[in-house]
Amino acid sequence: MRKKKRNLRELPGEGFSRRDFLKGASMAVSTGLLAAPEAATAAPEQSPGVLGPGAVPITLQINGKAHSLKVEPRVTLLDALRNQLDLTGAKKVCDRGVCGACTVILDGRPVYACNVLAIEAEGRHIETIEGLGTAGDLHPVMAAFVEHDAQQCGFCTPGFVVACKAFLDKHPNPTREDVEHGLGGNLCRCGTYAGIREAVLEAAQTLKGGRANG
Amino acid sequence: MDKCKYDWPAAGERSLIGKRIKRIDGPAKSSGGAKYTYDINRPGLLVAKIYRSPYAHAKITALDTSEAEKLPGVKTVQVILGVGKETNWVGDEIVALAAESEDIAEDALRKIKVEFEELPHLVLEEDLQQAGDHAKPAGGKTVGDPVKAFSDPDVVVSEGYYGIATITHCCLEAHGNVAEWTGEKLLTYSSTQNVPGLPSQFGQSLREQGMNVPDKNIETICNYVGGGFGSKFGPDEWGIHVAQLAKAAGKPVKLMLDRNMELEAAGARPSSYAQIKVAAKKDGTLVAWDSHSWGTGGPAGTGMPPLPYVLEIPNSSTQHTSISTNTGPARAWRAPDHPQAAALTMCALEDLAAKLNIDPIEFFSKNADLSAGRGKVYREEFQIAAELADWKKNWHPRGDKITSHIKRGMGVSMHTWGGRGHNGMCTVTIHPDGSVEVTTGSQDLGTGTRTVIAIVAAETFGLPVEAITVNIGDSKFPPDGASGGSTTVGAVSATTRRGSVDARDQLFATVAPSLGVPADQLVAVGGHIQAKDDSSKKLTWKEACAKLQVKTIQATGKNPGQCALGSSGVGGVQIADVSVDTETGLIKINKMVAVQDCGLIIDLKTAESVCYGALIMGISYALHEEKIMDPITGRMLNNNMEFYKLAGIGDIGELVVHMMTGPGYDERGTIGLGEPPVISPGAAISNAVANAIGVRVPTIPLTPDKVLAALAKGGVT
Repeated sequence: MRKKKRNLRELPGEGFSRRDFLKGASMAVSTGLLAAPEAATAAPEQSPGVLGPGAVPITLQINGKAHSLKVEPRVTLLDALRNQLDLTGAKKVCDRGVCGACTVILDGRPVYACNVLAIEAEGRHIETIEGLGTAGDLHPVMAAFVEHDAQQCGFCTPGFVVACKAFLDKHPNPTREDVEHGLGGNLCRCGTYAGIREAVLEAAQTLKGGRANG
Repeated sequence: MDKCKYDWPAAGERSLIGKRIKRIDGPAKSSGGAKYTYDINRPGLLVAKIYRSPYAHAKITALDTSEAEKLPGVKTVQVILGVGKETNWVGDEIVALAAESEDIAEDALRKIKVEFEELPHLVLEEDLQQAGDHAKPAGGKTVGDPVKAFSDPDVVVSEGYYGIATITHCCLEAHGNVAEWTGEKLLTYSSTQNVPGLPSQFGQSLREQGMNVPDKNIETICNYVGGGFGSKFGPDEWGIHVAQLAKAAGKPVKLMLDRNMELEAAGARPSSYAQIKVAAKKDGTLVAWDSHSWGTGGPAGTGMPPLPYVLEIPNSSTQHTSISTNTGPARAWRAPDHPQAAALTMCALEDLAAKLNIDPIEFFSKNADLSAGRGKVYREEFQIAAELADWKKNWHPRGDKITSHIKRGMGVSMHTWGGRGHNGMCTVTIHPDGSVEVTTGSQDLGTGTRTVIAIVAAETFGLPVEAITVNIGDSKFPPDGASGGSTTVGAVSATTRRGSVDARDQLFATVAPSLGVPADQLVAVGGHIQAKDDSSKKLTWKEACAKLQVKTIQATGKNPGQCALGSSGVGGVQIADVSVDTETGLIKINKMVAVQDCGLIIDLKTAESVCYGALIMGISYALHEEKIMDPITGRMLNNNMEFYKLAGIGDIGELVVHMMTGPGYDERGTIGLGEPPVISPGAAISNAVANAIGVRVPTIPLTPDKVLAALAKGGVT
């Protein structure tokens, strides 16, 4: 039943969908906490040698800008974004790759930033919610979330917006069923899914009509 | 009769109130720019962690924090429970410490050495026989003559066992605070639904701990809160530790609970189980109720839910047993005790309706006058809900006769809530440049507080919503109340209306001479101040405000106050349409219908969102949620979001919300909405499942194992 374990590097760039990612993620969950080790196995391939345990200098390419920082190898991308760079849009909620509140886009693919080490993300293109738009200049996905009130407390919202953006990049013409499948990796507690379903379908139309890929 | 000065505008005069208006903090939230307590980064910020009891009940026999104290980066360590003290649940606090980073704080926790003597514990309460001296009688009452009513040979009696498990709040933003001292003044950033009430609670607790800080020196800020649902009214023990650690370290300190402790320590809706007997005449008229209920809310046990729920059955007898367990303490959960009462009552009554072979909607409608004067509302709501759910076509007597293993069923429930606005105050300021501010020490849990305030002020001034700046989330602002019990919208809409009317009238008085129109003949509409009967005599809002020159208008609005702008008491009904796979026990939601009244609606869009959200939260607790406790270790087995299941976007089916508005509803003024729609989903879904498979699954959540166990005893094949 279990698929071959894939590390982040092996994932095909073309034709890989969030749905596949989610299938993989849920598979890891069902076989018991494979998510974290999976991330860890990717590290040696991407690193020139053994790093740490002390802080090491790295440079992260975030939203088109280079940020130099020092992190212990155990620090997640999420903690580095939030605690060192004050990019607090991605939230830590479940802290184990289940809820999607920390979703960021890594080389065009949505990932749970709590399951990626900061050192793994070096040399890769990281897009966070802050890079998609601002309150004064909303990305079409954000605008659709506002229009359809796809938010209440708002804590899961940035993760959902980023996941939706990545989903629509791969699925520009989704059905409602696609949306329910493709966004199954994000959880909300207030219960905003009804608005989110509508928002994603509307954003798909808006993105096709003009500004593509935000 | 003269119109009261602070009345709501009549239906035809409303340009904003009651329309679907986008939430004003939507862009901040959708763009990730909204800063929650969890997002607060301060210069020199330390991170705190707490060493907690791994045992459900134990005595501390040895405690050594010296290795933790020596770890580089650890700034201060505070013992909460010393040697000789007992811990009463897994997660009870023993040591708090603050360090330069979260990782160092976690390293330090691992260096703390504690030895325990384990003591007996109880963490399961469903089996009353096992509770021993943890069980205590906790009230009950008798109305009429139930013994006689049950013995009437002409009544039909139904008996059953029903229950609903303990669930956790699972706020996505965990509970927590940042505490920062400047000299003798304490500033807290707190994830709270009680901004105005926190400083005095911090003050009292800190003084009890020997720290001499007056309430006036404490300020709490919370601009955004990532969920509360009733669990965030106080600073919490860990908030007090953070304030103490910050004082000791001389630096700001932050502590947000880890997810496991968010689920174990900071959220628990008490369980409720009951043996219930009900009787009705053959025509469905309810005559008698008898229940023995029990449940737990952790170490303090729990009281009886309001049984029988909504319907005051003329002959009734109730008794309740409270069970104290070695589990995390209970907290208020949206509509405290009501979802439990609805689950127990509406399931028992639906079983009776099935035994009588009466359509449950007919049965509940027939008995709706047993509610406190709301029978007409319920009957109207049942009718609308039945139409929206296509009840007549889809409902069938117990047990779907279809040959497929996928059985479909329909269920219904009804609920009530108060929702009167709490005491509050705001200031409304009109500046000479035309900008407008409304300021109140309230908070927005995501229910739309900010948006409601903006709409009411904008409606009063004849301005667009965007023209209003809303300042909330700071305890130094004029005090509002805690957001609990659906009391916020009623309060802030009334304070804002009264303050805005007074501010507007002051502006009218200022500009009346230049327009040559008496102030009481002026109106504020469409961005203008103009004569009521002569629209040629007008000033734009900016021109009017410029007449203030250097003077600023500031008016105070209070609640309660002159002219009632709100009331209390709502009714709602819900219908669930489900499919049940009798081979796997899996339940799929096809459709949920919510019909709800809440008086005058300020923002239809956010009101509907609250109802959609409540249905989804209800689907979640009906099908998935339960704090699963291990009787051997006393631990919660699913203290994470992998195994504490929340409904996902693919689990919710079609959702239909209908708000009761217009004559008969609007004139009641504003009434809160946060609690009521979350009460009925459990009962409605359980009833739909019973209707589908022909047998009652006794307890919620309706997990596949329980569905299969129920089918093994009977029902459809």
